[in-house]
Amino acid sequence: MLGKLTWQAIPFGQPIPLAVGAFVVFGMCAVLIWVAAKGYVPYLWREWITSVDHKRIGIMYCLLASIMLLRGFSDALMMRSQQALAFHAAGYLPPEHYDQIFSAHGMIMIFFVAMPFVIGLMNFVIPLQLGVRDVAFPTLNAVSFWLTAAGALLVNVSLVIGEFARTGWLPYPPLSELTYSPGVGVDYYLWALQISGVGTLMAGINMATTILKMRAPGMNYMRMPMFCWTSLASSLLIVAAFPILTSTLAMLLLDRYVGFHFFTNEAGGNAMMFMNLIWAWGHPEVYILVLPAFGVFSEVVSTFSGKPLFGYRSMVMATMAICVLSFTVWLHHFFTMGAGADVNGFFGIASMLIAIPTGVKIYNWLFTMYGGRVRFSSPMLWALGFMVTFVIGGMTGVLLAVPPADFVLHNSLFLVAHFHNVIIGGVLFGAFAGYTYWFPKAFGFTLDERLGKAAFWCWFVGFYVAFVPLYVVGLEGMTRRMQHYDRPEWYPWLLVAGVGALIILCGIALQIAQLTISIRSRERRREPTGDPWDGRSLEWATASPPPVFNFAVLPIVADEEPYWNVKQRARAQMRLVTAEPKYEHIEMPRNSPVGFITAFFAVLTGFCLIWHIWWLVVLGLVCAYISFVVFAWRDEGEFEISAEEVARIDRANREARAEYLRGLAQ
Amino acid sequence: MSAQAVHALPDPHHASSQVTGHGAGGPAPKRIVVGYGFWIFLLSDVIMFSSFFAAYAVLFKNTAGGPVAQQLFDLRNTAAETACLLGSTFTCAMAGLAVGKRNQKWTQLALLATGLLGVTFISLELREFASLVARGAGPTRSAFLSSFFTLVGCHGAHVTVGLLWLGTMMAQFYAKGFRQNIRHRFLCFSLFWHALDIIWVAIFSLVYLVGTLPQELLP
Repeated sequence: MLGKLTWQAIPFGQPIPLAVGAFVVFGMCAVLIWVAAKGYVPYLWREWITSVDHKRIGIMYCLLASIMLLRGFSDALMMRSQQALAFHAAGYLPPEHYDQIFSAHGMIMIFFVAMPFVIGLMNFVIPLQLGVRDVAFPTLNAVSFWLTAAGALLVNVSLVIGEFARTGWLPYPPLSELTYSPGVGVDYYLWALQISGVGTLMAGINMATTILKMRAPGMNYMRMPMFCWTSLASSLLIVAAFPILTSTLAMLLLDRYVGFHFFTNEAGGNAMMFMNLIWAWGHPEVYILVLPAFGVFSEVVSTFSGKPLFGYRSMVMATMAICVLSFTVWLHHFFTMGAGADVNGFFGIASMLIAIPTGVKIYNWLFTMYGGRVRFSSPMLWALGFMVTFVIGGMTGVLLAVPPADFVLHNSLFLVAHFHNVIIGGVLFGAFAGYTYWFPKAFGFTLDERLGKAAFWCWFVGFYVAFVPLYVVGLEGMTRRMQHYDRPEWYPWLLVAGVGALIILCGIALQIAQLTISIRSRERRREPTGDPWDGRSLEWATASPPPVFNFAVLPIVADEEPYWNVKQRARAQMRLVTAEPKYEHIEMPRNSPVGFITAFFAVLTGFCLIWHIWWLVVLGLVCAYISFVVFAWRDEGEFEISAEEVARIDRANREARAEYLRGLAQ
Repeated sequence: MSAQAVHALPDPHHASSQVTGHGAGGPAPKRIVVGYGFWIFLLSDVIMFSSFFAAYAVLFKNTAGGPVAQQLFDLRNTAAETACLLGSTFTCAMAGLAVGKRNQKWTQLALLATGLLGVTFISLELREFASLVARGAGPTRSAFLSSFFTLVGCHGAHVTVGLLWLGTMMAQFYAKGFRQNIRHRFLCFSLFWHALDIIWVAIFSLVYLVGTLPQELLP
């Protein structure tokens, strides 16, 4: 009846997972009860859960990423403390638990922190920057988000019911095959990723279509803000790379569930094919994450330097060059496979080539700052911290791209330090810069600057304290994923790394404090004009938070920085230079629960597949098809906002901006 | 408060002649956006198939002492499958013409013919799979057979989903008529159906034709 699921699946014998699981379950129940008691359920259902508004979906993506960051970071703290304690000792985490922790840490941080954060920013910002009302497929957008959330939920269910994979963040066969991993851990991993991967693919399709086909009149390619360009590159990479992940994981699933032989040791299976396929997705994935972060930094550096982005065209070229080159380097993840000197040489050189467009970008940001009046607000601090950190990470990457050096450093903590250097310094700093930069746009009030800066310094210093020691022990020969060790020369460095993790913990605490305090004092922090940073692109031309239709009338774009130029003229004349437009009614897509329902069936079906509850799998799929047909049968896909309503909303914002300009005149 | 001279544009395509071109004439009409987005999805689907093709190519010789391609493939069956699928593409295109004419009867008939040809294709494929399993050449026999069943079966699964979609589509045309959003869905369906044909041509050539080459001609 319930397949493999029995009471033994709940880890009664293991205190740590049990306590953590109980804490999470009680926490979630407490939140749900509080929400229900306060009577927020109808509001949440109406305004958020069924929302197809790209801004709301973007915010929910970022919220999901932030919550999962806490989960992934607690795994990191456990690993650091284990290694700080496990010198000549067993530490406090038994190996089978430690293995689950590093697997979950990597998988969560990449798929459920970095990806949703980046896609959330793309969702929120792209239609605003392009000057349009929504993404190409609003309902599909909601489905994408909810599928990602479904995957995240499944990963967290593994805390309480069953176990998680012990195979590392990429489940390399033959270890991940049924013979060596008979438990449900790898199945949790695979189904969570299959479900969220579909969501990511749809998000990529949606964003690419939006950028290519839905731009304000006059917004030709060479007038798009840099964030749109990098998001386009990232979306194209999603479309080209995620299907490879889906098919590779499908092959592993077939091996595990029905005894196929893609990657097994028997019957002609080829485990190295998994490495090739997974990294043919995995290396583009790195750029899927970091390119939007590059876009954020481009916006931030240009805004806070008060100058247009230096070398816009070279930046576009560099972005697209990275987009293409990212598919030619996957083999550098396994130089030690034994492909031979020629193959390794090709991929080594291809990997080093990527440093060229990346270097172009770094110089462009530096020259954007050069001669500008740089304001050191917290988004700019993240950008500066990124530039320093990323250059170091990039250089260790070039080092690892040299095959002979890689043979020494393969799977060492040097490698771990390298990719944390680029992912924390690049992607995460970018996500935080974007979060601080666009938060006032999303909610209409600014975040506390003092706490924001303090959080930045904790993260920045904490990062170096935590990861420079890993470079050192990596050079001294320490491999990754060690549950205990007995080399005295590593011990002090791992203690220092543990301290670094604690400094980062302070940074996270400060970020939570920043958010809480800013929300509590939001009335004081209101920003009525919708343009707190003196921005340059179109998202700053509308109110904060933007109305559901974004723009009362679609803006017409005549140059690269449309909003900046209008604003400068308005400032010179100290009045609004645009006449009040003729307002017309606007049609917007209706809210729809289809995303939430899809996610419900995805979680149900995924869970039953993991536990081999076949009858419920069939039932779940049939119900999913029925709800799909019901959705396809609806007649009213859109609703209308009257011209008066549009005028009322837009006039309030125009008045706030006119007020500001009158203030300049006095 | 938006950029430059602001005036409402009832149809963004009025602006396209005045501005710079390169798709910059404002948001494209819904039909273009839907078709374009679906094309991008199809590209991603093709990439998924390409990794199954790659796996098949890598594992082609890993027969683990089991049967090899020459002993297994029957080109007559494959020819019949191909005829069904190519024929269904023709009837699907006929359905497209009927939709253009808003002709309910011919739309339904052409879609029905498409569906029947699709069902025949799936039955032929299942018959082939069953006979392979019966001869001890099931997917668990060797890595080569795993990759063969996955590649061809993935195409078959796509056709099956397409049939489900086709049935829903017929019901929608019947119940809702030729409403705009239904026609957009039909556009996507026909793109999907034709794309499955393209993939079948690749399977037909790279799996069945290459697989039945004499041993000495194989690379």
